Amino acid sequence: MNKAISVGTQARLWYWQRLSAMVLALCVVGHLIVIMVAVRGGLSGAEVLARTRGNWAFGAFYACFVLACTVHVPIGLMRIAEEWLAWRSRGVVTAAWLFAAVLGLAGLRAVYAVVMP
Amino acid sequence: MTTLNVRVWRGNEDGEFVSYQVPRNASQTVLDVVTYIQRHLEPDLGYRFACRVGMCGSCAMTVNGKARWSCRTHVAKVVQGDALEIAPLSNLPVIKDLATDMTAFFDKWAAAKGQFKGATTRHDAFASVEPASPARKAADAGIECIGCGVCYASCDVVGWRPDYLGPAAMNRAWTLVNDVRDVVGTERLRAVAGDAGCHSCHTQGSCTERCPKQLAPTAGIAGLKRIVAKAAIKGEL
Repeated sequence: MNKAISVGTQARLWYWQRLSAMVLALCVVGHLIVIMVAVRGGLSGAEVLARTRGNWAFGAFYACFVLACTVHVPIGLMRIAEEWLAWRSRGVVTAAWLFAAVLGLAGLRAVYAVVMP
Repeated sequence: MTTLNVRVWRGNEDGEFVSYQVPRNASQTVLDVVTYIQRHLEPDLGYRFACRVGMCGSCAMTVNGKARWSCRTHVAKVVQGDALEIAPLSNLPVIKDLATDMTAFFDKWAAAKGQFKGATTRHDAFASVEPASPARKAADAGIECIGCGVCYASCDVVGWRPDYLGPAAMNRAWTLVNDVRDVVGTERLRAVAGDAGCHSCHTQGSCTERCPKQLAPTAGIAGLKRIVAKAAIKGEL
């Protein structure tokens, strides 16, 4: 039994992971459609940026995608660390938070960079 | 008359497979084969059985790699050529030959709060339970478990982490969570939540596939996850 996380928190984490998975399912479909439609004829980097800069709908969609990943991935990695490495101390929670911070910052920075004019 | 080439686990954890030649009969069950070996070839072969008709749940073994009731498994259904391999159940310590120590299995039923706890006495009126209500239907779907351990032996998560409660204990908890007469629901949810309980289930479904009673512990565990989440959101856990 994990001593670092109470059962109530584990239940809430499961809930958050399930909700974020639902968001991710939609985001991944949207993302694949964007790739297939946009890149059909081949696009240069400059052409991509010309389409994304100032496109706030694009920015909102990918910001949502990043936030869903930020919730979903660290919880999943924590479960894998618990199960495969038997890592069940406070450290695994700290590592998951740090990974969430890195994922969120890097993702939102990338969205910012392609959307800001 | 043809013969079966039967490999049987002998010894405890450090044992080995030993081969026996057993006459092949019509409508022969795996339990018939094991009993033949004990009565005619290896008098000290250790194994368990009682009812021989799939009611008691004591004769489960690993037959050609899969956990099954030996009494209700016809040789014809599982034999590969003329070969049978019979081993004790997985995920449980072996006492001797085909008999496992099921203490941990049953202790986990208790740990998952598998005991019914009501609030009424014999002087009160009978509880009125609507058979068609969703809760009663959910309980009915899991109630026929006889504790044979086939699901527990088939569960990979139990193999990975020995403190995991396992499918049978959580199926039992699920039937009680859906019993409107029971009064320790929250305590039970607390017992089955977390990484040693329902949240570690990978939904692989081996328990459901192998259950000789065709129960679906996987569905029960998924139900526990949902109810535990609702309780956690309400702050009841």
